[in-house]
Amino acid sequence: MKKINLKTNLGRISLKNPIVLASGCFGYGDEYKDLISLDDVGAVVTKTITLKPKAGNPPPRVVETASGILNSIGLANVGAEVFLKEKLPGLLKKFSTPVIVSIAGETRDEYLKLISLLNRKKIAGIELNISCPNVGKDLTIGQDEVETFGLVKAVRKKTNLPLLVKLSPNVTDIGKIAKSAEKAGADILSLVNTFSAIGIDAETGRAKLGGVLGGLSGPAIKPIALRMVWQVRKTTSLPIIGMGGIANTSDALEFIITGANAIGLGSAIFINPDLCREIIAGLKRYLSRKRIYNLDKLVGSLIV
Amino acid sequence: MLQVKARIIENKELLPETYYRLSLKTPPIARLAKPGQFVHLRVNEKIFPLLRRPFSIHSVHKENIQILYKVTGAGTGILSRRKKDELLDVIGPLGNGYRLPDKRTKVILVAGGAGVASLCFLSQRLASCPAVLIGGRSKRDILGRDKFKRLKTKIKISTEDGSLGKKGLVTDLLQELLPTLHSPLPTVIYACGPMKMLKETAKIAERHRALCYVSLEEFIVCGVGACQGCAVRTKNGYKRVCKDGPVFDSKEIIW
Ligand SMILES: Cc1cc2nc3c(=O)[nH]c(=O)nc-3n(C[C@H](O)[C@H](O)[C@H](O)COP(=O)(O)OP(=O)(O)OC[C@H]3O[C@@H](n4cnc5c(N)ncnc54)[C@H](O)[C@@H]3O)c2cc1C
Ligand SMILES: Cc1cc2nc3c(=O)[nH]c(=O)nc-3n(C[C@H](O)[C@H](O)[C@H](O)COP(=O)(O)O)c2cc1C
Repeated sequence: MKKINLKTNLGRISLKNPIVLASGCFGYGDEYKDLISLDDVGAVVTKTITLKPKAGNPPPRVVETASGILNSIGLANVGAEVFLKEKLPGLLKKFSTPVIVSIAGETRDEYLKLISLLNRKKIAGIELNISCPNVGKDLTIGQDEVETFGLVKAVRKKTNLPLLVKLSPNVTDIGKIAKSAEKAGADILSLVNTFSAIGIDAETGRAKLGGVLGGLSGPAIKPIALRMVWQVRKTTSLPIIGMGGIANTSDALEFIITGANAIGLGSAIFINPDLCREIIAGLKRYLSRKRIYNLDKLVGSLIV
Repeated sequence: MLQVKARIIENKELLPETYYRLSLKTPPIARLAKPGQFVHLRVNEKIFPLLRRPFSIHSVHKENIQILYKVTGAGTGILSRRKKDELLDVIGPLGNGYRLPDKRTKVILVAGGAGVASLCFLSQRLASCPAVLIGGRSKRDILGRDKFKRLKTKIKISTEDGSLGKKGLVTDLLQELLPTLHSPLPTVIYACGPMKMLKETAKIAERHRALCYVSLEEFIVCGVGACQGCAVRTKNGYKRVCKDGPVFDSKEIIW
């Protein structure tokens, strides 16, 4: 039988397979160590960290919706100091898999401070989470072309590490935001983050989430996420990590065919940690059956 | 902690369409399980329900574990229709479990409804226990009594409708019991049940200066501490029910 090649490149980051564990869905790595071997996956993106620790939003923080998860975790995280001292070293030492660190700030200055803390670390890249509130502005950074351009440009000047930008789907034209990120020097685009959404309890007349507004993820968002990957593929030539509702091999293939060079697993990890291995096996079967053999050939092969 | 496909040995209906006891064959989880820990299982492998459902480990028998569950919605409804010899995707054991008492401690177990599940397992690991208090809405909600036989202890029962035992709440039983336990020995209370019951139990325990461990319920997504979804407010900040709990010292919780 011919050898199947699942290797994929995200610019300077080479992955042994296209599976990326998405930010916020496998914590800092240690929580899932008994269930997922990080050596099996292509890359991991750690939970978004902020300069100072964040307690997160009041509970309830999650509700289950039709084929989806609605969350308002509120970026609860241990903060940069604890992350760098206690979480990151273990991840880098135990596994050879590329580790991408996701960061967020409420001001540009906070992003830049985080960059300077990460610059000398042996990480594969930095992912900018630009879906967080922008102090003093109504929109998040990721909802505004000019703000996105400004932030990415400023960060680009301060780091030579591969720079990923995680796009928010809560925009009118995601292609435009993607283009701004590209022009400002982003190396890779991750999309999509969660969709702004709300859950109501008719019995009590209250919002179901403590934080009122939440972000929707899971199979419910897949068709919209796919549309966004398609739009971004048409407007930029940057490598894409596509995600949003991927829960089986077919979902993964759909994103790759649409134009994603790698695929992110988020909510589905909570449901089935073994999914990484299942999708790798499924992709191999598909490539063999279709006599394609190289995953690369499938990327963006959509027939329209 | 591991993810396994566990064979259903039995899915016994205890009360029609309400309470069930599920036995699963899973040697590795049975070997690792400690009282107060839970398993996180998929009631089927379809897209609905999307998420796993958490259940306390009710007892361990050689290679098998049991859970005792109440049908409260779609997920548990589907679970109740799963048949012998089918496979269930189970992750476990999860959570911290009860901190076992030392021999000189007087132990009181306080259970509300299906909350009795985890206390049955705890009782398997206790040397002695002066009192087991079980409460429920009616006599149909009083479960698991046989599991405490080994302890040869007095089981006191309360029901809200008075159909069995004393009419009222299980916390009323606790309120009456504590002053009668004149003894220099420290007392520890283990409680599992609805949030309101746990809150009241914590109050009574504090009044009598008894140590009190409560097993909390929150909506649980990942079950392993990664998603931060099941946060509960404590005096030391938010903690995760699935990983830092589900068992907490009642004094730590901001009720
Ligand atoms: C650590 C822990 C141990 C538990 N042990 C037991 C047990 O031994 N026996 C038992 O009968 N029940 C137990 N529960 C509760 C049980 O998980 C829920 O009753 C069950 O998930 C309901 O699923 P459903 O789809 O039937 O109901 P739904 O229609 O989804 O909801 C019905 C109710 O159950 C709650 N619920 C739903 N999903 C979850 C979830 N993932 N986590 C927590 N609560 C949920 C909802 O908030 C709602 O109040 C435990 C819960 C936790 C957190
Ligand atoms: C509980 C939860 C926490 C998340 N935390 C983060 C985060 O910290 N940073 C981030 O960039 N994305 C975060 N996400 C978004 C995911 O990385 C992913 O973009 C999104 O969930 C869509 O993919 P999915 O449908 O496969 O989950 C989180 C998602 C969930 C469900």
